[in-house]
Amino acid sequence: MEKTEVRQIVLDIIADIALDEDVTGIDDDKALRDQLDLDSMDFLDIVMELKKQHKIEVPQEDYPQLASMSSCVEYLKPKFEAVQ
Amino acid sequence: MSSSSYDVLVIGAGMSGLAAAIRLAMYDKKVCLIEKHSISGGLNSYYSRGKRRFDVGLHALTNYIEKGERRKPMSKVMKQLRLPYEDFKLSPQKQSKILFPQHDLSFTNEIEHLTQEVAESFPDQIDGFIQLIEKIKIFDEVNLDNEYVSAKEVVKNYLSDETLREMIFCPLLIYGSAWEHDMDFSQFVIMFKSIFLEGLSRPEGGVRTILSLLETRYKELGGEIRYKAAVDKLLCSNQKIQGIRLKNGEEIIASTVLSSMGLPETLERVEGHEIENMPRAGKMSFTESIFHFSFKPKEIGLEDTLIFYNDRPTYHYACPQGLYDSESAVLCFPNNFQKDDQVEGVIRTTFMAHYDKWKEMDKAEYKKEKEKMAQTSLRLIEKLSKKSISDPVFKDVFTPTTVERYTWHKRGAVYGSPDKSRKGLTPIQGLYVIGTDQGFLGIMGAMLSGISMANLYGLMKESH
Repeated sequence: MEKTEVRQIVLDIIADIALDEDVTGIDDDKALRDQLDLDSMDFLDIVMELKKQHKIEVPQEDYPQLASMSSCVEYLKPKFEAVQ
Repeated sequence: MSSSSYDVLVIGAGMSGLAAAIRLAMYDKKVCLIEKHSISGGLNSYYSRGKRRFDVGLHALTNYIEKGERRKPMSKVMKQLRLPYEDFKLSPQKQSKILFPQHDLSFTNEIEHLTQEVAESFPDQIDGFIQLIEKIKIFDEVNLDNEYVSAKEVVKNYLSDETLREMIFCPLLIYGSAWEHDMDFSQFVIMFKSIFLEGLSRPEGGVRTILSLLETRYKELGGEIRYKAAVDKLLCSNQKIQGIRLKNGEEIIASTVLSSMGLPETLERVEGHEIENMPRAGKMSFTESIFHFSFKPKEIGLEDTLIFYNDRPTYHYACPQGLYDSESAVLCFPNNFQKDDQVEGVIRTTFMAHYDKWKEMDKAEYKKEKEKMAQTSLRLIEKLSKKSISDPVFKDVFTPTTVERYTWHKRGAVYGSPDKSRKGLTPIQGLYVIGTDQGFLGIMGAMLSGISMANLYGLMKESH
């Protein structure tokens, strides 16, 4: 699976969670929390959506891996490949 | 008897129960919402008489935000439930007033307005007031580990003038405190932010608009809701929840139960475990008179959205000695939001009331006292407008016993027990409290409570 595909999946999830946010201009290397209105409840939702839509489990101790878009992609890519 | 089984049961289809049930259904929990009444809403519900529609509870929605505002309770609720801002159809307040014998303070959805008012009426207090606002802004009021602290003690350090303190506390106490005379500092901050910093609005169509959004969302997710289902017992064994038994004898199995019945109301229904230290029933209940007039309030000079009226030098937030306390009141003018969507003029008058005194009367006496109270309310409206007014075209009155009958909150205590369970925990494993007795206040607070507890005990618990 390509990095761009993983990125798009995460982006779609964020767009669903933060209905009123513009997600087109995200800087991949900056913390998502600093660019968008995302709090710990929203990160829980990213995790829940990954599980619901893609059967990907993110244990709580790995939540910090979801801090920025590039760290999300880095962390999730092997997980996506494993469930394929 | 065959019994059904769920992952999670949510008791009470009020704001907290609906919000919790939506969260659970969103992530494919098998969830059932149990409601004793034939409609949803709980403490914030509605009814009709003839063609007229009435709201119960909601005077104004607190925590107002403009579209796109971030990191506020209302934006959290909207995001967590995936409800778009526009669907709430919010109409902001115009201006409200705190009316004391010596002073009055008006406030709008801009805190600068209140700050200016304080500067004018209490010039030597303004520095302390500004510092208090700064403290409130950075305080983490929803931290579940916060200690219980007297808000009056904390605020004394900022405001030395007793009258100003009482005036600031007045709307915050009467819109949420289960304690008499005082409130917990975290709850004070919740209320201060939600009323003074964020502000008030009304959803067009009243409380029905919100309830219908929540119900629709829940049903879209395939959530199940059972009306006229009254919980008789919460079944436990080995200090673990096993499910519930309804009044009709039916048993429903679940390993997690979220109850919005209230802490004492929940624990007294526990079967199979002896509860020590039963939490207290709340003392604060209210009467409300609802009047419909052939004129609009602004035609008799009443242009405020809410008036917090107090005719004493200090504010007695406590269960009154008599049936009700006519020396203080909240008046709500639903026409006086920025958009007036009602044909008739509506005024709602709320007094603090004594549950026992209303409860012990016989039918005839009860009816007579209700009528007397309605007349007292009308005289207060005349006093505030300084005009004599024509008779209402419709009136209805409710009392603490009405609240108890419809909501099952003991003693009609609308803000629940003075003993809260901030983390939602009970002595029973798998049984959690949501809503007013978890301790977040107001409609937004109730929804946030349902959301947080559902996240914590319904969704996160099993994911690790």
